[in-house]
Amino acid sequence: MPPTLKHPNYPNSPITLFKTKHQASWKSKLSSLAALAALIVIPALLQSTPQAYLIRSAGLVGLYVLLALGLNFTLGYAGLFDLGYIAFYAIGAYTAAKLAILGWSFPVVVAASIAAALIVRLWVGVAILRLRGDYLAIVTMGFGEITRLVLNNWDSFTNGPKGLPRVGETIMPIRIFGFSLISNLHYYYLILIFIVAAVIISKRLENSRLGRAWVAIREDEMAAQLTGIPVANLKLAAFMISAVFAAVAGSLFAYWERFVTPESFVFWESILIVAMIVTGGMGSVHGVILGAILLGGAPQILQIALGGSEWINYRYFFFGLVLVLTVLFRPQGLFPEKRRHATLKING
Amino acid sequence: MNMPMTQEPLLSLKNVEASYGKKIKALKGVSLEIRRGEIVALIGCNGAGKTTMLKTISGLLPCEQGVITFNDKKISGLPAHQIAQMGISHVPEGRRIFARLTVAENLQMGRFTRRDAGGIERDLRQIFELFPILKERQEQLGGTLSGGEQQMLAIARALMMSPQLLLLDEPSMGLAPVITDKIFEVIGEINRQGRTIFLVEQNASRALEISRRAYVIDQGVITAQNDAKRLLNDPKVQETYLGVA
Repeated sequence: MPPTLKHPNYPNSPITLFKTKHQASWKSKLSSLAALAALIVIPALLQSTPQAYLIRSAGLVGLYVLLALGLNFTLGYAGLFDLGYIAFYAIGAYTAAKLAILGWSFPVVVAASIAAALIVRLWVGVAILRLRGDYLAIVTMGFGEITRLVLNNWDSFTNGPKGLPRVGETIMPIRIFGFSLISNLHYYYLILIFIVAAVIISKRLENSRLGRAWVAIREDEMAAQLTGIPVANLKLAAFMISAVFAAVAGSLFAYWERFVTPESFVFWESILIVAMIVTGGMGSVHGVILGAILLGGAPQILQIALGGSEWINYRYFFFGLVLVLTVLFRPQGLFPEKRRHATLKING
Repeated sequence: MNMPMTQEPLLSLKNVEASYGKKIKALKGVSLEIRRGEIVALIGCNGAGKTTMLKTISGLLPCEQGVITFNDKKISGLPAHQIAQMGISHVPEGRRIFARLTVAENLQMGRFTRRDAGGIERDLRQIFELFPILKERQEQLGGTLSGGEQQMLAIARALMMSPQLLLLDEPSMGLAPVITDKIFEVIGEINRQGRTIFLVEQNASRALEISRRAYVIDQGVITAQNDAKRLLNDPKVQETYLGVA
């Protein structure tokens, strides 16, 4: 839906604002639907073949897609460098694990982990969003590490490096209408549903008034302020939305693995998600998804591509090479952001 | 011809102080008044506190002492975006247009907080009349415009907010004389359309020619204030700011 400005008081105003040039054509809509259909059908077909392990890989890549789409609000839209994003994935996962062990139902658990992540994110955000650029990156990096260390050392609550659940406890699988989600395929589909929702939310917000305000903030914070944009609040909003995505991904992870340890939330993961967004194209939903698939799936992709040959030992070399080449030759990312360029027309 | 209407101050600063960090005091108790419908110039050397004054008015810098009122409402202490929404539009030094957004998008950002489509349309028509070049170039990226066009865009973006008071920081900076002429012509036209203008300029003679009143600032203190024409003929001002020996 092209965002047109029709004010209720002036429905027939002869001026068209936000006339958009890059509307999704039926062709691109059709190809998105075709891709979605393939994503639904292919895993079902793989299920009973020796390649069934790929379903699990695809699900894990799916979690990266969710995380990358989430961080895209902070990094891609609002332009804030967050190197500790994985902490909120961890908070989501641990909250979900704790509550699932207590036997709470899935929707309540997800809502609670979102709430937990939001509370922490708000607290951190209010304190640090005055900072910019490198300083923000350093502080968020520190927060990410603190979170991991707390999880690692708070034995009474998190069971330290041994992870949750403790011996004798279990995370009960998700039950929806009496149906238990147990297999990798189930979780793959669940994650896919959340990705579709995430994409819709991202696209909607990107083309909203809020999305344009974020672009203004990213381009020039001072100019944004001078045009009446509440910069501090909207930065915080982007920061908070990112946390929601991380918490959702974290609780899906906790239910699927039925086990969480601090090891899953190391600094490298934060870096990897930033790299997904930068390689894919900051602020571009398609780009970010592509980046997450390529980087999140890199170990698997390289394994398949190089499998058998002795090159397999060089797979991280190729991984690094791809990153370097991308940044050298496509500095805007593989799929640069194509914003809908608005034009102003005075009709008549 | 002093109409009573124009005598009430639109903006007033009383003993305003602002500083950078703890040590550098850039404004040392400045008081001034801008009345509705005027063009008021602020002239001074580099580092005198001109830009600081505008930044303090628009809320980019905190006003540490003193009071700033706009339409009889205290605005000192409010965040910049709220001050902008109240009707003070600041065209900052160096223009600060959104270089990677199109001209049209830059203008749209200017109307971010407005919801009166009718008024927006009227303003947009006026803006395109003032700057026909922007209408032609509306799909071009802001950063690809020439310096003069960027200055026009910066002013146009500010006008999209329909401000009562326009703060202009060095609009002639780095522009060719012929473009400067054009900019000053437009500033006069904007004023005739009913907007009050506070103009900060290094180009003191041009600023004084167009203004009704002017203040001279030196090292954070107002050292002179008068009708612009009188200042233009003041030997001290001529010597220091107009380069007349």
